[in-house]
Amino acid sequence: MKFHQSKLANGLTVIAELNPAVHSVALGFFVRTGSRDETAAVSGVSHFLEHMVFKGSEKYSADDVNRIFDEVGAKYNAATAEEGTLFYGAVLPEYLPQAFELFANILRPALRQEDFDMEKNVILEEIGMYDDQPSFTAYENLMQTHFAGHPLGQSVLGTKESITALTCEQMRGYHRDRYLAGNVTLAVAGNTDWAQILTLAEQHCANWPAGTCGRATHEAKPAGGLKVITRPKSQQEHIMQMTPAPSAQNRLRFAAEILSVIVGDHSGSRLFWELVDPGLAEAADLDFNEYDGSGSYLTYLSSEPEAIADNLARIQAIFAEVNQHGIREDELEQAKNKVASRVVLRSERPTGRLSSLGGNWIYREEYRSVDDDLAELRGITSRDVRELLDIYPLGATTTVAVGPMESLE
Amino acid sequence: MPEQIIHTHELPNGLTVVIEPMSDVQSAAFCFLIPGGSAFDPANYGGTAAVLTDWITRGAGDLDSRDLSNALDNLGVQRNESTGLNHLAFTAATLGENVPAALSLYADIIRRPQLPDEEFEGAIAGIEQSLRAIEDEPQRKLMIELRRRCYDAPWGLPTEGTLEEIARITAKSVRAHYDRCLRPNGAILGIAGCVEIQEMLALVREKFGDWTTKPDSSMVTGPRGERVGHIDHDSTQTHIGIAYDAIEYAHPDYYKAWAAVGVLSGGMSARLFTEVRERRGLCYSVNASLNSLKHEGRVLCYAGTTVERAQETLDVTLHELQRLGDGIESHELERCKARAKSSLIMQQESTTSRATSIARDWHFLKRVQTLDDIRRDIDELTVSGVLDYVHQHPARDFTVLTIGPNALKVP
Repeated sequence: MKFHQSKLANGLTVIAELNPAVHSVALGFFVRTGSRDETAAVSGVSHFLEHMVFKGSEKYSADDVNRIFDEVGAKYNAATAEEGTLFYGAVLPEYLPQAFELFANILRPALRQEDFDMEKNVILEEIGMYDDQPSFTAYENLMQTHFAGHPLGQSVLGTKESITALTCEQMRGYHRDRYLAGNVTLAVAGNTDWAQILTLAEQHCANWPAGTCGRATHEAKPAGGLKVITRPKSQQEHIMQMTPAPSAQNRLRFAAEILSVIVGDHSGSRLFWELVDPGLAEAADLDFNEYDGSGSYLTYLSSEPEAIADNLARIQAIFAEVNQHGIREDELEQAKNKVASRVVLRSERPTGRLSSLGGNWIYREEYRSVDDDLAELRGITSRDVRELLDIYPLGATTTVAVGPMESLE
Repeated sequence: MPEQIIHTHELPNGLTVVIEPMSDVQSAAFCFLIPGGSAFDPANYGGTAAVLTDWITRGAGDLDSRDLSNALDNLGVQRNESTGLNHLAFTAATLGENVPAALSLYADIIRRPQLPDEEFEGAIAGIEQSLRAIEDEPQRKLMIELRRRCYDAPWGLPTEGTLEEIARITAKSVRAHYDRCLRPNGAILGIAGCVEIQEMLALVREKFGDWTTKPDSSMVTGPRGERVGHIDHDSTQTHIGIAYDAIEYAHPDYYKAWAAVGVLSGGMSARLFTEVRERRGLCYSVNASLNSLKHEGRVLCYAGTTVERAQETLDVTLHELQRLGDGIESHELERCKARAKSSLIMQQESTTSRATSIARDWHFLKRVQTLDDIRRDIDELTVSGVLDYVHQHPARDFTVLTIGPNALKVP
């Protein structure tokens, strides 16, 4: 695998990791804009705009966009999160020029009023759909409560009210301000050549307006809190908790990642053996989420309401034990073996490499090969985890509950 | 397309091993299908096979539950155990060099499970939790209940049973299921990735060659549920499920059926997405897919929408399904073909997909299609051929189930 990088005159960053041994090529436009970059007046606009991009440009109608992607057999999609909007697709190498041109073209969308009005319904339906998934409701409310007062607390989907009030003109303004060449990274992974990528980028992206956008990335200092959302007819109680962890720029993030596997992987972890294996909970896991300048540990518990108090106490006991005594060497070794295998398996698909390639660049402007990742993983020691826990102990700063319970007392 | 080598070998005891070595990958995966799925659950004991699927990994050979799990983790095995209608399915993926050790552990799990009393409650409780969680997720519940109404028992029954049934299951009844159903005859092991054929064959013979056959298990058949129905739920959306008859994977017209569903729901330019979501903005999620048992198949559709728009969503969706027989444009079929070819080639980048595909092919077809075989079948599809299929198997006699605040008018 070979890495290349370049920057167009307008500031668009182009990076690629080429691998002639795979059968396809994946490309992704990583736009550094998400819900944290929105004002309250346009809450949900990043995500809504992601949908509108597929409604076409001056050159392509919405039907054209859907048709051409299918004609070239693209596996494509887009995703919006707190900090980024990603447009990505995988195609066979011979179709790269067509898929590239289409993506590049629609990233300057027409944003037609009638498309906007129609798609608004779809966004409202998407909000309704997530409303019927209790774990999503818990996550959405947890982010808002934990990061209250910090941009990370702003909702990705927005609300029924904010979406209803949003105008097409506001969206056009947001696109004009945020979809600047210097705010986008184009990443390509898989079977193609560097000269072709550069030619395509010059051809289709060189006319994008130059410019970059700032973002305040001060570390969040969550005050913590508890929010209980009661749904009397539900069967299970869903609890999510958050507490601060290292940011995407902090070297302790590797230790945090391995700690989350040891303590809260979906199987074979401390939470698994204590809660899931004996059947006390349907799910009990710990994730590590890294953001620009901030980070969080996310705990998820789902069980019968009667067992919640006991289960939460068990989780807190595990956290206290880990905070005090750290982790064992055999646990660390086992977690490294698990993660190494995941890294290798994921790397065998271009789409798997794409997310790592783009993620490393937009957060840290660095390239990491699979071997770099494996070496980093092998080098983590229990001392690193100790250092992590001294600065970022496990805990439950903020708690959100969704389910039949009226309180957690 | 790169040349594929697929080696198939049946052991004297009836276990079939299908091996596909793949170049340019470090990983390998296997998919092990063992007879004894939920269709063989005793009457009123739905969930028996599902409990066994969980319990069977809680200690095997000389290793207790935790040691076994640690051993698999140390080999970097990404694993999944699931209960199918016909089989218990065990899939595992790791570095190719770790496959022999991983497969040895699975030989213990499948042939020498400890099924310890002290782990039984945990297995049961896990299924109970999962069943309760489904009650809170109307979309999942809908698709489970739709199957119950469009397939006869046992094929339409939920693999995890019901809370009532789970409460009846005892350690003794699950052990009896293991003794009665799990056997080498009819078992299929698909292996794909960085492996060597002869080495794998020798290993499989060593670990499974002396596994003794058992007679076929019986199953209890019964009627399906009501064709049209509604389940009250105070959800935000109304969730709509529609099913109608199609054909099975082994049918000579299978790819025609596949293309017909592809025109409806194969990509974002397909009809359901275009008409229901893009033109009318009725929902976020709408789709149809072909579902196959060994001897029959259905098209299963889903749409989720807010209450006020639910009736229109149902009406528009049914109309799209029905008007397929009026005609298909050639470019619609061409797009299905393009998507299929691209998927076939990309499958070569995933050892897990290949291992699963070759095992599934053997189950349904008693042979394995190469990607070239499939490509040829796809290339040969014509609009008139697909339309003939649609006329022979029209979308009608719909099974319709809704979950949400209000029932809908089903024509």
